[in-house]
Amino acid sequence: MFINSLNKERIEVEHKAEKQAVRRSVRDMEIGERGVISSLNDPEMGLKLLEMGCIPGAEIKMNSRAPLGDPITIIVNDYTLSLRLDEAETILLKP
Amino acid sequence: MTVATQPEIKPAGRKIAKPAEVKIALIGNPNSGKTSLFNQLTGLNQKVGNFPGVTVDKKSGFIQLTPSIRAEIIDLPGSYSLYPKSLDERVITDLLHDPASKQSPDLIVVTADASNLKRNLLLFTQLADLQLPAVLALNMVDVAEQEGVKIDMEALQRELGVPVIPMNARKGAGVAALKIVMTQQLTAPQKAFYTLPSDLQPLLQSIKSRFGLSNDYLALQYAHLYKSLKFLKEEDVAWMGEQLESAGFKSNTRQAEETIARYTRINELLLDVVRVEKADKDEKFSNRLDQILTHKVYGYLIFFGLLFLIFQAIFAWASYPMDLIDLGIANLNALIQSNFEGPLINLLTEGVIAGLGGVLIFIPQIAILFAFIAILEETGYMARVTFMMDKVMRKFGLNGKSVVPLISGVACAVPAVMSARTIENWKDRMITIFVTPLMSCSARIPVYTVLIALVVPEVYYFGFLNLQGLVLMALYLIGFVAAVLSAWLLKVILKARERSYFIMEFPTYKMPRWKNVGLTIVEKVKAFVFEAGKIIVAISIILWVLASYGPGDSFERAEQQALVEAQNEGLTEEETEVRIASHQLEMSYAGRFGQAIEPVIKPLGYDWKIGIALLTSFAAREVFVGTMSTIYSIGEEENVTTIKEKLATVKDDNGEPFFSPARSFSLMIFYLFAMQCVSTLAIVRRETKSWTWPAAQLVYMSGLAYVMAFITYQLLR
Repeated sequence: MFINSLNKERIEVEHKAEKQAVRRSVRDMEIGERGVISSLNDPEMGLKLLEMGCIPGAEIKMNSRAPLGDPITIIVNDYTLSLRLDEAETILLKP
Repeated sequence: MTVATQPEIKPAGRKIAKPAEVKIALIGNPNSGKTSLFNQLTGLNQKVGNFPGVTVDKKSGFIQLTPSIRAEIIDLPGSYSLYPKSLDERVITDLLHDPASKQSPDLIVVTADASNLKRNLLLFTQLADLQLPAVLALNMVDVAEQEGVKIDMEALQRELGVPVIPMNARKGAGVAALKIVMTQQLTAPQKAFYTLPSDLQPLLQSIKSRFGLSNDYLALQYAHLYKSLKFLKEEDVAWMGEQLESAGFKSNTRQAEETIARYTRINELLLDVVRVEKADKDEKFSNRLDQILTHKVYGYLIFFGLLFLIFQAIFAWASYPMDLIDLGIANLNALIQSNFEGPLINLLTEGVIAGLGGVLIFIPQIAILFAFIAILEETGYMARVTFMMDKVMRKFGLNGKSVVPLISGVACAVPAVMSARTIENWKDRMITIFVTPLMSCSARIPVYTVLIALVVPEVYYFGFLNLQGLVLMALYLIGFVAAVLSAWLLKVILKARERSYFIMEFPTYKMPRWKNVGLTIVEKVKAFVFEAGKIIVAISIILWVLASYGPGDSFERAEQQALVEAQNEGLTEEETEVRIASHQLEMSYAGRFGQAIEPVIKPLGYDWKIGIALLTSFAAREVFVGTMSTIYSIGEEENVTTIKEKLATVKDDNGEPFFSPARSFSLMIFYLFAMQCVSTLAIVRRETKSWTWPAAQLVYMSGLAYVMAFITYQLLR
């Protein structure tokens, strides 16, 4: 599924506007909220996120925000990962 | 395990003629206890060298495994996978993938954090698929057990196909067992963790035959990394590009597929190995601590409190050992000079030993700053600093971690530049190093105080606001603003060689390991003394020669002239000595230099006397005061008031006081911006491994100093 999303990147860009209305990303999560990763929509950054364990299907939890709102920390695979909001935005959640 | 059953005779009998030396590479995720293990294995037997062609330090150390086997342990940069995401991480693939390399290790020790096994095994499975002889050093098993994660070692060893050594690198447990395994002739693991897609076979076969490789996964790595592998020739890169093009090879997609497949495989194999018997432990100790330490208000209060403490330490506490070093050097020189005489003795004492003193004087500050930084890193607090400061600092092209070098720069740029090492991102690190010397360091204080005392009246506003203090503060502020704006400028100019990520593990809080703290201090001091020290001593000697010798018989003539003047004015013996020194400095090469550059610095309001001071300040900025004392015949008294009073009497050609507010402020601004510190240039060269950066700093800062001083002088005149 993730691979498909990589190949269909261009198509996805076109549909971004309408998709964003339905698809939430980690950026939109509330503190303490849990979710399941559906796909990663930035191919290059996606590789880094995959290596860190953000695999589609993995459960993540929004852990905390920095005092200025950005970056954030999430819990994935039982460890804490910190990332910036524009990085978190590329992690899409299952509805 | 085969460890115990293997007889020890084999290696001993094999190498009678010459002791064997094996190369062992340590590799693992960041925060997996790799550095602790390295320190446990090698202790003080460490040295820092270079990986060929990159700016990454190569840390290696030696241990005697058995009387006949000596091992070189190489500490590779921490990495999450074999696909490098930063320049530092490329060192790993350059080392492992080059079949012709003499550096390639005989054995790989993979460190893994047991409490985070899944992610740590990703890198392991990649290494295993390269079929390199490997051992898994499983760290923090105790932490995992506390969290309710039980690992069946036998099963893990069976699943992975390599020896697994449970250990606690912090306490040193398991190190002995690891050393025994290191002496064994380990065979390469035969288990493959990732089944290569069959449609890639034709491509991989042709890569294998072209480069003479025997491993399929290595061929795949070549296909992904060919652009960044240093040892590949230009035609090989071109050939690879064509091959991949015609095969329709999509690197990103394939890598994503591989990583997902590996995680799936790891999840499967861990099913039988790991038993998790824990309740949801969200309210972990670290999380609770973070609620205070990264709090909106307390978080920053605590952080700035800490910064203040660090600043105090390198500013105030370090001054005691520094004074001792100063005194020791002065006494040593006095001792030598009272017993021997001659130009060579002068060279030894005032040139070489004084230069060495100029190097040693930095040790207390470096040691204290790195004690703090090592503790911040070890405890995991540094990650919180980055976390809290990232948003603000990123706007200016800096990194959350840049705060520490910038604040330390107020005490001294040398340890501050060294502390920028904690910034992983190349661009962020370079920008931080570049702008740190703009922060007003403690060596500028003597210059500021003398000049402020000269031209700023000592008045108070509202009874407590001292005008002199306000001016001093304004100077510090200008330095800070200049640093931040320069960073912003560089952010725009500098092309990033890598994409900047913030995605990183947020480590849990731990107690610092004092051994690691100690070894960090030793490493930093050694790096400074032996690498930057050479340049500092050399330039100090050159500067000393320039100020102590003049062309032809000019020194004798200077002395004669001073003696004639002394006779006419009826000077005492001491005043005569002072007068001679003044005339000799005027006639020295440094004096000639000052006269030569006078036309250039005239628009700033300076004469040739100040020109001399600008040159000698290169050894260290505070030398300004000493040079001014000599050239204006003030003598050895290092009293600000005396110097100030004497300087106030100096008149210009029109009979007005020479040190007018315009001139004095112009000088202050010049010293604020100018790169007048050999030690900083030497350490920047050491940290960036190139002369480009220190040269750029010298040109940029001195150019800025010239322009700003010019504006100041012309406006105030």
